Amino acid sequence: MSASDTMVTAAEPGAEEGARPARPGIRLGDRLLKVYVWAVLAWLFLPIAVMIAFGFNDTRSKSNINWQGFTLKWWTRLGEYPELTEAVTNSLNIALLATAITTVLGTLMGLALGRYRFRGQGATNLVMFAAIASPELVMGASLLSLFISAGAQTGFVTVVIAHVLFSLSFVAVTVRARAVGLDRSVEEAARDLGASPWTTFWRVTFPAILPGVVSGALLAFALSIDDFVITQFTSGSLQTFPLWIWGATRMGIPPQVNILGTLIFALGVAVAVVNTLTGRRRT
Amino acid sequence: MKRLAPYLLILPGGLWLLIFLVVPMVFMASVSTQEGDTLNGFVQTFNLSIYGDVLAQYRTQFLRSVGYGLAGTAVSIALAYPVASWIAFKGGARKSTYLLLVLLPFFVSFVLRTVSWKFLLADDGLLLAPLKSAGLVSGDFHVLQTTVAVIGGLVYNYLPFMILPIYVALERVDPRVIEAAHDLYASGRAAFTRVVLPLSLPGVFAGVLMTFVPMTADYVNAGILGGPENTMIGNIIQTEYLVNGDYPTASALSFTLMAVMLIGIFAYAKALGTENVLEAAAR
Repeated sequence: MSASDTMVTAAEPGAEEGARPARPGIRLGDRLLKVYVWAVLAWLFLPIAVMIAFGFNDTRSKSNINWQGFTLKWWTRLGEYPELTEAVTNSLNIALLATAITTVLGTLMGLALGRYRFRGQGATNLVMFAAIASPELVMGASLLSLFISAGAQTGFVTVVIAHVLFSLSFVAVTVRARAVGLDRSVEEAARDLGASPWTTFWRVTFPAILPGVVSGALLAFALSIDDFVITQFTSGSLQTFPLWIWGATRMGIPPQVNILGTLIFALGVAVAVVNTLTGRRRT
Repeated sequence: MKRLAPYLLILPGGLWLLIFLVVPMVFMASVSTQEGDTLNGFVQTFNLSIYGDVLAQYRTQFLRSVGYGLAGTAVSIALAYPVASWIAFKGGARKSTYLLLVLLPFFVSFVLRTVSWKFLLADDGLLLAPLKSAGLVSGDFHVLQTTVAVIGGLVYNYLPFMILPIYVALERVDPRVIEAAHDLYASGRAAFTRVVLPLSLPGVFAGVLMTFVPMTADYVNAGILGGPENTMIGNIIQTEYLVNGDYPTASALSFTLMAVMLIGIFAYAKALGTENVLEAAAR
C-alpha cells in the first residue's frame, strides 16, 4: 500500500512483462490506444516545444508570436533585462534555501511518522493532508493575512517561509514511505554491535532512507522554483521568474524568457533522468 | 527519552505547519470581519454580514469556478484513464520513461506553459493563422477569451495529476485477477467494468482531489487565456487582495472558498480513508 512498493515495481520493469499472458498478435484497439497515448503526450509537450523553438526566433517586434527565422542572437543577449536576471536569481536562491530547510524538517517528520506510533499522529497526518489539499490561493491569502496582521514586510523571507510550508508535507510523506519499509533488525544489530544511537542513525538509518530524502528534496526544489500563486501573495515587491513572466504577459514576452525557461527545463529533465537511473540501481 | 523521540522529530516541522498554516487561517477569519481601508487601517467590528454581501456580489464567479472545476475534472478523467491504463498494462519495460514524459510539463513553469498556449492560440498565432489563411475557419474565429480556452488550459495544466494516481492504482492490479476473470468466461468488457474499473477507483478519487481543488481555485488560466466573461473566484480574490487592498472582502471570499473546499475534501477523504488519499496525493 505504501509508495515504496510502487517504486520497487517501477524499478523492475521486466517483472510485469513475464507475468502477463501472451496474446497472439496486437489487436487493432491496442494500436489505436497507443496512437491516442502518443497524441496526448504530444499535446502535453506542444507548448514546451513552442517555448524552446521561439527562443531561437529572429523576432523584431515585442510580441514573439510568429516565426521570423532562426537566430542564436538571443542566447548572447541573455542578460539584456537586468530585472529578469534578478528575478531568475531570486527564484534560484529561494528554491535552494527553501529546499534545504524543507528537506531537514520534512525528513525528521517523515522519520517520526514512519518509525513511531505516538499520540497526535492522526492530528499530524490531518494537518499535513490539509497542507497538500488546500488550494494554493487560500494558503497564500491566509499567509498574507498573517503577515499584514503581524505588520511583517513581505519579501524574500516570507516567500521562503511559504515555500517551505507547501513542500514540507510532500517531503515528509516521501521519507515516511521509505522509513516504514525499513528493517528494524538491522538497526538493532548495529546497536548490539556497540554502535551509539548517533552512529546507528548516520551509518544505518540515514543511508536506508536517503533515496526518499533525495526524491523529497528534488520535489521541493521543483515545486519552489515553479511556484506562482503563493509567491504572488507573499512576495511584496520581490520578483521571481514566474512573477516576472506574469507581469510581462500583456506587453509581450522577450525571447530571453524562452531561453531561461528552456535552460530550467533542460536542467530539470537531466536531474530527473539521473535520479531515475540511479534510483533503479539503488533498489 | 525514547517516548519523547517522535515528538522531538515532529516539533520543528509541526510548529512550521501550525504557525504558517493553521494560525493564518484564524487571522484570515479575523481580517474578514474587520472594516476599514489600507490608508486608515482596519478595525475589528465582527461584521459578519460581509459573508452574505460578498456571496451575493460574487455568486456568478463562485458558481462559474465550481462549474469550470467540475468540467475540467470530468474531461481530465476521460483523457487520463486510457493513458494511465495503457502505460500500466502495455508500458512494459518503458513504464518509467512514459511516466517521465507525462511529468515533462512540470519542468516548465506553470505560468510559462500557459503563456505559451496563449501564443499558440492567439488570433494570428501558430495554430489559427494557417487555418484562417486556408479559409478553413472564418477570419473572426477566436479561441482565446472563451470558456473552452480556460477549461482547456485547466485540463492541460492539471492532467498529469489525474494520470499519475490512476496509473498507480492500475499498476497494482494483479494481472492474474484479470486472467481469472477471463477464465471464468468474463467478456473483455465485463472484466473491465467488474474487475479493473472498481480496483482503479481509489486512483480516480485521488485524481479528482488533486485536480478539482486547484482547478476551482485557479486564476492563472482565466487570467491569461480567458476574457472578462471567464473571471473566476480566484481572480476576484487576487485582485481584491493585491490590487484593491480590500482585505476584508478578499478574506471573506477566500475563507468561504476554503470552507467549502475543506468540508468537501474531508468528507471525501473520510469516506475513502485519509491516509490512502494522502499517500496517493503525495506521489
